[in-house]
Amino acid sequence: MGCGVTKSSQFHKHSGKAVTTIRAAVLIQRWYRQYVARMELRRRYTWHIFQSIEYSGEQAQIKLYNFLGYLMDNFTPASNERNLISHIFRENEVCRDAEWERYFCYKNIEVPEIYSGPHLIFPLTVEQAVGLVEAFRNKKQLHSRYVLQLLLETWRRLRVLPNINRISTCHSKEITICGDLHGQLEDLLLIFYKNGMPSLEKPYLFNGDFVDRGKDSIEILLILFSFMIVYPSDVYLNRGNHEDHIVNLRYGFTKEVLTKYKLHGKRILKLLQKIFSWLPLATVIDQKVLVLHGGISDTTDLGVLSRVDRHNYVSALRPPKKKHISSTRTSIDSDMDEDVWGANKLFQRRASFTFPRPLVTRGGFHNRSLQDFSDRIRVVVVEDELEVRRRRQSAFISGNSRPENEGTPIASTDSVNSDNTREEWKQILDLLWSDPMTLDGCMPNEVRGGGCYWGPDVTEDFLNRHNLQLIIRSHECKQEGYEFCHNRKVLTLFSASNYYDVGSNRGAYVKLGPDLVPYMIQYQATSMTRELTVRQSVGRTERSALKVLREQLFAHRSDLICAFKKFDSTNAGLVSLNDWAAAVESVMHLGLPWRMMRGQLVTCKTSDGTVDYHDWFNELAIKGPNTDHIDQSLLETLYRHRSTLETIFRIVDTDNSGFISHEDFRQTWKLLSVYLKMEITDEAISDLAVTIDSNQDGSIDIDEFMEAFRLTDKKSRLERGRSMFMGTAPDLTKLEEDPSI
Amino acid sequence: MCTRRSERLSTRSTTRPTAPWTSGELVRRQAAQEIGTIIYSLGCFPSQKDLHDFIAKVEEDHTGYIHLDKFLPAMTKVLQEHKFPPISEDLLLQAFEALDKEKKDYLDPEELTKYMTQEGEPFTQEEMEEMLTALADHRNQIHYKDVVSQMTIKPDK
Repeated sequence: MGCGVTKSSQFHKHSGKAVTTIRAAVLIQRWYRQYVARMELRRRYTWHIFQSIEYSGEQAQIKLYNFLGYLMDNFTPASNERNLISHIFRENEVCRDAEWERYFCYKNIEVPEIYSGPHLIFPLTVEQAVGLVEAFRNKKQLHSRYVLQLLLETWRRLRVLPNINRISTCHSKEITICGDLHGQLEDLLLIFYKNGMPSLEKPYLFNGDFVDRGKDSIEILLILFSFMIVYPSDVYLNRGNHEDHIVNLRYGFTKEVLTKYKLHGKRILKLLQKIFSWLPLATVIDQKVLVLHGGISDTTDLGVLSRVDRHNYVSALRPPKKKHISSTRTSIDSDMDEDVWGANKLFQRRASFTFPRPLVTRGGFHNRSLQDFSDRIRVVVVEDELEVRRRRQSAFISGNSRPENEGTPIASTDSVNSDNTREEWKQILDLLWSDPMTLDGCMPNEVRGGGCYWGPDVTEDFLNRHNLQLIIRSHECKQEGYEFCHNRKVLTLFSASNYYDVGSNRGAYVKLGPDLVPYMIQYQATSMTRELTVRQSVGRTERSALKVLREQLFAHRSDLICAFKKFDSTNAGLVSLNDWAAAVESVMHLGLPWRMMRGQLVTCKTSDGTVDYHDWFNELAIKGPNTDHIDQSLLETLYRHRSTLETIFRIVDTDNSGFISHEDFRQTWKLLSVYLKMEITDEAISDLAVTIDSNQDGSIDIDEFMEAFRLTDKKSRLERGRSMFMGTAPDLTKLEEDPSI
Repeated sequence: MCTRRSERLSTRSTTRPTAPWTSGELVRRQAAQEIGTIIYSLGCFPSQKDLHDFIAKVEEDHTGYIHLDKFLPAMTKVLQEHKFPPISEDLLLQAFEALDKEKKDYLDPEELTKYMTQEGEPFTQEEMEEMLTALADHRNQIHYKDVVSQMTIKPDK
């Protein structure tokens, strides 16, 4: 049944009514199933597009950070250049808590009369925590005085917590577990609405990634922290990979705080850095269920993890600097490391930043994963340590030949310490950044740039070794809000609905009772999405994804043209569709089904199935009022690296004002030109600056710069961490008419 | 019983898990659904029985895995022989008309549900709900003429 060509007489009434009906039904069923399958495939590659770009963004962030770290360790830039970026590497290594308490003091911050937001009185009560939720629901903002007060109290509480929380579902208490929230307050409110707020009867565990991308990250943090303070034995928080100030620079949290808290934002961020480092790393429920943010690797060891000094890992992206104890015994504050740098200066090989000559081949470090790169960093640090100690000892123990010998035992201790440090660091990195895969084994997570991919055999082994039965983790967006894998031994839980775009996915939370059988509840934040059919929501998300993809393609124009030319021996400007697909994948490395998507991406093909690639780029080109006089290839660079560019700007903008000086602007470009391995002339830079600094006052507004080159995309939330475009009813009717659906 | 990594076809080194349609991975048969999805998306319109027969031919000895080595030639053959050709708009319309006994030019959800879940190769409840959500308009009627013209994809070459 169903094969061969069918004729219209098949439904002629002479065939008999019953047979007709059956045949008609089968036909419709066949047709509809095909339709659904096609939609499913489109949905999958749309998803894949968003995910690839998201992960390659994370990878780019890590690469950038590695690069900056490498510069810091190996170059003595002139002091103002170094100051541009050095402050992001300062670790919070202080010293006495009293000093920090003074820095974060909120007492002299006045709350003005006109302030209409919530007032907090400590000790915090349940009513106040609930009041905070209501206030945020009504779009109020908490005053910075209360923010600092709340954060200080949070810090005090977190410091006494172990690395691994151990909790139990006693009596019949069910614990509610939530995954990534990513600043989407609406989802948290929806969870509280459906499930009730945290209380003694309703314990909660939040599994990391509370911030970045969404627009209400700080509000989510404040709510979670206040409930944790009020119910210390019933609200638990695990750290996620986004609870990290380096990641926050790129993904929007830093910007959000500085925008909402113009005066005290910097202090708030600094305090949050400490708080993030004090967040517990994982939670074990009833000694059987492990909950952590990313995942595991084949070397993950809960024993090691429970013993690390977790607060030394302010950012998971960088191993902790070893404490420098100078002979005068002054504590090294993050703002007072001048003398340490001074001492080091004398011994390191030097190259000035103005004439960058990297000490390794340029191709080399760009391709390395995080772990590889750390080798280089570690070696340099250890060498410095030795030199510093030797120098100091010889200075103070004059005339004595012992310094050389005394150097040696220290050296061995140093290398042991740094081995331990490296091992600990890897444990934490794996915990926060890893993803499961279907294949057996364990391999570095090259896509994200940190952590591992781990297979079902690793899960099995790990669970047996630690006598556990289930791993609950988050870190990856799933269409249904959750997904099991590894023979149902690993559960991924994601609580930010509509993450990639409206209608892209549901969120979910898990309830776990004493029987330890997870029970999932799903939801989706916008009421509008309920009315969208499969067809409409797929179409809409797909359009969004394709737009992002087209931008990425345009941004890689030069490389793509090179790749096409390889297939185009006669230089006719044409390539076959197959060659087009091969060339595009070889440049973009996104693993997308290019052939399948070709119809959506290339509309200008010739009749015999070839692609005129020059025409294609004209089709893709991004045009804008300010861009005509700017060199094409520079524009392409701007576009491709816009996130990196903005991240560097924000790093350079040390007082977080949103403005940088012309001079710093030039220095930023110098930095970028080294990183991107390309020449950018001084004239080109001046051109850019002039375009932006329209009032000629010598400073450049970062946001304006990004806007002027159409580098911001108000609809694409992926790169910029802005909230999604929430359409209204009229948009739905627009969807109906869209012929491409 | 799974084939080892070395026997997998690979156009490039697999550094990360890839989606089912890219080469180089064993296509796990979660249900006939996965193969169905692939075949459908290549423009073919097999019935459930057709799919079942196809899978039986290419499946790797009841392991639940389907190796690309077997799948590719079988699939190519299907495409070359036009084994599961598309259903024309015309024919589809006639099928709907055959079910529209009262000649109203639309179907009620109950009518469609009855046919889809009781006749031919029945839908599951989930499939049925999905279909109703997709096809029923605000009057809760399925105006099949509009539906068909909107949802039929023209073959693209």
